[in-house]
Amino acid sequence: MAINWPISPRRLRELGIVGMNQRNGEYIAGMNPRRYYPLVDDKLLSKELATESGLNVPALYAVIRSPHEIRNLPKIMAGHDEFVIKPANGAGGDGILVIDGRQSDAPPVFRKASGKPADLDEIGLHLSNILAGAYSLGGRPDVAMIEYRVQFSPLFEKISFQGVPDIRTIVYRGYPVMAMVRLPTSHSDGKANLHQGAIGAGVDMAKGYTLDGVAHNRHITHHPDTHEPISGVEIPGWQYLLEMAARCGDITGLGYLGVDVVLDRDLGPLILELNARPGLSIQVANGEGLRHRVERVDRHIDYLDRRETAAERADWSRENLAPMNL
Amino acid sequence: MRRLHLLFVVLLLSVVGLSVAWYKYDVLGFPITPDRETETWTVEAQIHLETGSAPASVRFALPSDPPHYTLLDEGFVSRGWGLTTQSRGEEREAVWTKRTPEGNQTLYYQTTVYRDQEEVQPSPYPGPADPPELEEPLKSAAESFIEDIREGSADIETFATLLVKEVNASRPNENIAAFLRPDATETERTRLAIRLLAIARIPARMSHGVMLTDEGRNLAPTTWLEVHNSRRWVPIDPRSGKVGFPRDFLVWWHGDMPPLETAGLQDATLSFATSRSLRDAVETAQLQSAIADSRLIDFSLLGLPVDTQNTYRVLLLVPLGALIIVLLRNVIGIRTFGTFMPVLIALSFRETQLTAGVILFTLIVAMGLLIRFYLERLKLLLVPRLAAVVIVVIFLMAVISVVSHRLGLDTGLSVGLFPMVILAMTIERVSIVWEEHGPADALVQAVGSMIVAALAYLVMVNAHVAHLFFVFPELLLVILALTLLLGRYTGYRLTELFRFRAFRTLAHVNRPPRDGER
Repeated sequence: MAINWPISPRRLRELGIVGMNQRNGEYIAGMNPRRYYPLVDDKLLSKELATESGLNVPALYAVIRSPHEIRNLPKIMAGHDEFVIKPANGAGGDGILVIDGRQSDAPPVFRKASGKPADLDEIGLHLSNILAGAYSLGGRPDVAMIEYRVQFSPLFEKISFQGVPDIRTIVYRGYPVMAMVRLPTSHSDGKANLHQGAIGAGVDMAKGYTLDGVAHNRHITHHPDTHEPISGVEIPGWQYLLEMAARCGDITGLGYLGVDVVLDRDLGPLILELNARPGLSIQVANGEGLRHRVERVDRHIDYLDRRETAAERADWSRENLAPMNL
Repeated sequence: MRRLHLLFVVLLLSVVGLSVAWYKYDVLGFPITPDRETETWTVEAQIHLETGSAPASVRFALPSDPPHYTLLDEGFVSRGWGLTTQSRGEEREAVWTKRTPEGNQTLYYQTTVYRDQEEVQPSPYPGPADPPELEEPLKSAAESFIEDIREGSADIETFATLLVKEVNASRPNENIAAFLRPDATETERTRLAIRLLAIARIPARMSHGVMLTDEGRNLAPTTWLEVHNSRRWVPIDPRSGKVGFPRDFLVWWHGDMPPLETAGLQDATLSFATSRSLRDAVETAQLQSAIADSRLIDFSLLGLPVDTQNTYRVLLLVPLGALIIVLLRNVIGIRTFGTFMPVLIALSFRETQLTAGVILFTLIVAMGLLIRFYLERLKLLLVPRLAAVVIVVIFLMAVISVVSHRLGLDTGLSVGLFPMVILAMTIERVSIVWEEHGPADALVQAVGSMIVAALAYLVMVNAHVAHLFFVFPELLLVILALTLLLGRYTGYRLTELFRFRAFRTLAHVNRPPRDGER
């Protein structure tokens, strides 16, 4: 194999690739006022915010705020065989426990997504670790959320391995600028994080088709586990999904935002999480830099004399931000 | 606008920092390299007195702003004598008085000097010299002698040189033979040279000084000739006519007068003793700034108590370490555990040395990780788990120290100098990254942290760097300016050129499916 040389900074600039420093210095520091961070960092807050605005989110079953509430666990679990426990201030998907079934009722034993059993003690311990801040930024005490487990739609079944594929959209000044589908692999252990080995597949902004994917920064066309082609899967309700993302930009007040959406079999697109510091791998997944699109949005907004509605913005993005030939 | 503002602040900080440092280096003479010693000379004048019964007074010329040298301190030893110092013209003198002196007595004057300038400082032109009144035929003889010299010279210096050579010639020019006794002393010949120079209206004066020699005893002052070339006094050896003072010549007083004048004494003799010593250059510079009455030195770290000074010697290196972190993280893109943890590790390496430090640190973290993974199986709560890790880490440190001491490896003892809370936090973070993102990620960050710590250590342990920041703490402003500048760096990180290298081919791959294709 030929030596995999690095790319020249000049070529990167031509392609409009945004680097970490530019993202932090210009987009995040310039567009995201610090006071709005808690709205997205605290998943509980952003869930409330989204619900108030009529956006669909996974239903919240319970919130555990202090260790003594862990005793109420059996009561909380009573009606639910499947649920997800997550820290409200977790970083990068850490500390999420997925329970996808009940193995016995007395004593209650649940089944984790990995198939291993988990009794109430183990779940309680996980909760108290969350409360003690094991997964939060800087180790601050945290709050645990117990919520609806998404019944993920069979749409991506052929091109994902276990786990929940999600759709990440970057929203810049209220306009969806780029999207990707994150597909779990056996290598990523069913997780949808790109740096853990999940596949990022670009999405055509105009029609909501998946494009080719990228795993470990390398271009791939087929899923390594299922051997199915990644590109050409059409996301249903693409317009609605983009509108949801655009509205997240409004409700949070953030100018540079990542919106993670999952497709539920019954409930349709649900907003899973908002991110004030979305990663840059989305560029690799789409084979395109963010900067050209972002600049196009800037020019468009300069030209406007009013704020467009979410639907108009989603329309504009679909018309103007499809992959470009460079 | 924001950019301009930043550039202005950066420029201001750099200019202030660098100019203060330059002033301290150039004017106050603070050394930029450590362990530099300056040569200082201690000169002692001893005045032996044979007193009578009458009230005695002794007037003694003191050095005042000698060329090439700076006086660092001076002191008088004169028990029972009244002492005043006063200036007479440009000269300085000490006057000792005593109403009822008894027996033989010795007065001492001691000064410490060091050579700090190579150039003789300019001094105002005293005006053309008044030609001496001479009778014929001496007058015409002198004038024709001067005329001869003038023919053969180009400027004041060569004129004076030629003249001195003639005055000292073994068979003097017939025109000046009349002025000289064959057995004339040095002082007399110098005096004649000054008179002859005055005929040519060149201002000249006599200087007296001491040749500085190590362990010099019973030295007598040497006479020198100085002519003014309208910019500065040019020293000329009255014996050979050579221009310039010898390197170790300390001018004591100017003018054709004895250094010592006494009243009411039977006898007084003067002798000089000199000795050379090496003094820490920083100390010398400090003394000199105190003499120059520089306000800067009042706010120097050198004035703090010594143990506080040592704290700052280390503390002042942290900003440099921070700058290195900024550089390695934001420009190179190395990933580390925690932002400034590597600097703290680097600081502890100062005590353990690099190799031993890296080995011990890796050893403790690796062992701590094993314990941590075992504790994980016990399903402990977060805070007790952290506490347990701290306890185990301290225990491990003690074991390593004892074992290495038994084996005769003293480097193992320094393990106690690692900040153990940092160790425990490192172990906790490594294990979380290990669990959540896999061992590869944990290793990448661990190796990154070690590289950053080692680099920061190598810079911070450098004696030159430590000295530079301790003696010139204003250089921190420059570090601050650089950090601010890097804070606005939005270009690519070096590692991103690798991360995004797929774009060398990727950009042409992802095209939207054409209609009808699917």
